[in-house]
Amino acid sequence: MLACQNLKIEFDRKSVIKDVSLEFPPQRITAIIGPSGCGKSTLLRAFNRMHDLTPGARVSGLVTLSGKDIYHKDEDPVLVRRRIGMVFQKANPFPTLSIFNNTIAGLRLSGLRNRALLKEAAEKALVDAALWDEVKDRLKSNPMSLSGGQQQRLCIARALAVDPEVLLMDEPCSALDPIATAKIEELMFRLRERLSVVIVTHNMQQAARASDRTAFLWMGELIEEGETEAIFTTPKKSMTEDYITGRFG
Amino acid sequence: MDAPAIETPEMTPPSLVLQILPEGIRRWRSTGRGADRLFRLVTGMCAAAVAGLLLIVILFMVKGSLPAIRDHGLGFVLSPDWDPTNQKYGALTFLFGTAYTSLIGMAIALPLGVLTAVALVEILPRGLAKAISLAVELLAAIPSVLLGLWGIFELVPLVRSFEIAIYRSPLGFRKLPIFSGAPLGVGFLAAGLLLAIMALPFILSVSREVLLQVPTAQREAAYALGATRWQAIRKFILPYSWKGIFGAGLLGLARVLGETMAVTMVIGNTPQIKASLFASGYTLASVIANEFTEAPSDLAISALISLGLILLVLTVLLNAAARLMLIYLNRRMGTQGAK
Amino acid sequence: MSRSHQLRKLHGRTMEALCLLAALAAVAPLFAFLWHLVSMGAGALNPALFTQLPLPPGEVGGGLKNAILGTLLVVGTATVVGIPVGVGAAVYMTEFARPRMAATLRFACDVLSGVPSIVMGLLAFQVMVRPMHHFSALSGALALAFIMLPVVVITTQEMLHLVPHSLREAGHALGIPAWRIASSISMRAAAPGILTGAILSVSRIAGETAPMLFTAFGNPFLSLDPKAPIATLPHTIFTYAISPYDDWHRLAWGGALILVLGILGATLLSRFILWWHQRGLNA
Repeated sequence: MLACQNLKIEFDRKSVIKDVSLEFPPQRITAIIGPSGCGKSTLLRAFNRMHDLTPGARVSGLVTLSGKDIYHKDEDPVLVRRRIGMVFQKANPFPTLSIFNNTIAGLRLSGLRNRALLKEAAEKALVDAALWDEVKDRLKSNPMSLSGGQQQRLCIARALAVDPEVLLMDEPCSALDPIATAKIEELMFRLRERLSVVIVTHNMQQAARASDRTAFLWMGELIEEGETEAIFTTPKKSMTEDYITGRFG
Repeated sequence: MDAPAIETPEMTPPSLVLQILPEGIRRWRSTGRGADRLFRLVTGMCAAAVAGLLLIVILFMVKGSLPAIRDHGLGFVLSPDWDPTNQKYGALTFLFGTAYTSLIGMAIALPLGVLTAVALVEILPRGLAKAISLAVELLAAIPSVLLGLWGIFELVPLVRSFEIAIYRSPLGFRKLPIFSGAPLGVGFLAAGLLLAIMALPFILSVSREVLLQVPTAQREAAYALGATRWQAIRKFILPYSWKGIFGAGLLGLARVLGETMAVTMVIGNTPQIKASLFASGYTLASVIANEFTEAPSDLAISALISLGLILLVLTVLLNAAARLMLIYLNRRMGTQGAK
Repeated sequence: MSRSHQLRKLHGRTMEALCLLAALAAVAPLFAFLWHLVSMGAGALNPALFTQLPLPPGEVGGGLKNAILGTLLVVGTATVVGIPVGVGAAVYMTEFARPRMAATLRFACDVLSGVPSIVMGLLAFQVMVRPMHHFSALSGALALAFIMLPVVVITTQEMLHLVPHSLREAGHALGIPAWRIASSISMRAAAPGILTGAILSVSRIAGETAPMLFTAFGNPFLSLDPKAPIATLPHTIFTYAISPYDDWHRLAWGGALILVLGILGATLLSRFILWWHQRGLNA
């Protein structure tokens, strides 16, 4: 299980996430909601150590995966990222690789060379990402020829191919139309069976219909978290209610 | 030949301004739009001067070459004989020298430039990267003649001791064709090294820009998949940049082809075609520099101008190809970003 | 998995070390050059270098007064011609020309900036030295103007592009005529950048030698006559460098130090102006 305790994140001494503690149970979709600039994405990127790449970023507190601190000095961020997949706001397939090679890029990075195994893994990941039927006849073509929604599902397949325990999704539908969005949400429900999904979204409807648990973040602080139904029907804090009913944000 | 000299566009605008100015002011007062037209006209003429310069340089270089080409035919490009006292002119020796030294220079500068660009963009902290960029920029500002001066007094002795080491090596390197010949210091290797130094800033700055254009999203995608930094560089960032880096190489090559002074000072100026790195040679640019003012006849001058024409054609083609490629790449990247 | 991962990490480290080594190698020539220049040039630097004329070969002493003044004259003349025309062209390209025309002109500039300086020297020889039947300071200046023109256009244009379009639109909305917008708004906003480009292009031509060989030609005596052959610093350095006399080598290094101080000083100055300007814009 992925969890964080007293997590604080600073950029050049400016505090962006203040003391957040959260748990992301397996086989659950957790949505992180909040107004733009509240630190949702910043929080998410702490879970696969993407902040290691930003000069001036400082993460303190505890982030654990199956009880082990992923920020421990003996932990290699590269290996952490192989266990925790990530999908970004804008689909970012590698334009230099074919659809097939995009799907297995992560496996190649970890040194897998066996053609048959790679083929099998690619098909499995593309089926899991509900993209197989649309691309099976053009695995060799350039991913930029796909539609936006297809590209995003290719990125999901790419993340799934290395069989992660957690999938982090940073506003994965914000650039997509409603039909493509519905497909991705459907996909999330199926993925829930085997991993835990954390999705950041500014779209309250999406959080309400496509998540099991919801965490509401405001100005870098966790205001409230719990079962999605409870958050949207009987919020404990008035601020949460104000936000979900559209009084601010 | 005389008349066009006076009509060089660079020379005309100031006098034309004086002619047009009073007229412009009168029109401005009467219609209010005269000043606008005048300003447009004057700046437009400046722009025409720039375009005109390109035409004029091509025109004059062709015109100046005609006597030699008429006398020797276009075959002079592939003739190895160069003997001005007997009116024999062939460009092959110098083409070889230019090609060989440029090849050495690029073979060193291209990998060095690309690896340095990777270090600056992907590895080093920003402050240090900036300091190195500045240092390389200053290197680019050093005139060719001064690098040649340094070449004569420091690089050539250094190259010579390397050549002596090879010459004396018990492993018998001197039997290899590229290491054969006397260890003189001056020659293709010294010239190629100086060209590498001159091409490096150029290749570095273009490849650095190309690497900086790789979208953050691509880097993040690579790292999020569990790539090590070198894997991200090697498998995703460099493949994304190859075409741009190729363009950088073409621009660098165009730069190096026409380099004159530094090469002239260290290449030995001997018209010969030798495979050895240690041999003396001669390039298109250095033979022009050395023999132009001592040319025994108009035909000799024309032959030297025709060597300049070869340089012009090569550099214009290379530059045009590289620029068109970079423009095309930018456009493609642009549409990709918008998708 | 773990063992192969360790190997991959080791490979990555090695390759990154190679990149750092390359960066070191890239800056090494600059420092080698500067070190040699200062150690050779400092000894030669004395008032005589600026106040005396060269002595006949073999005699010890003398200076580079004629070459220094000659460079100032030739470069100054080239600048007076090259900068206004270049800036004018850039203004036309950014403010008035249609996109396709502007792109074509820009392309011409890019190609021109790649033409070897020795070819520009041959051009100046043909358009000026030949009709006038003798080498001259003026033809040298013309060659340098040819070389600097595309550089000025490109840098000026880049600076004008940095001026926000909204500024121009604001001008149009106030009913200010186009030429006023170009001259008082765009050019003024870009002025520090244009100045930077001008300094850089001057420092680029100041060290040009190849085109001087058959235009300015060189002159062992002091001459400031634009129609006569004239000595320039880079050309004199070349002549002295390849001569067999130790004292001429000394003078060459002294001249080199003067030239580098001027050029590096100008380069740093231009960077400083730009930095100052951008700091002002950001504040």
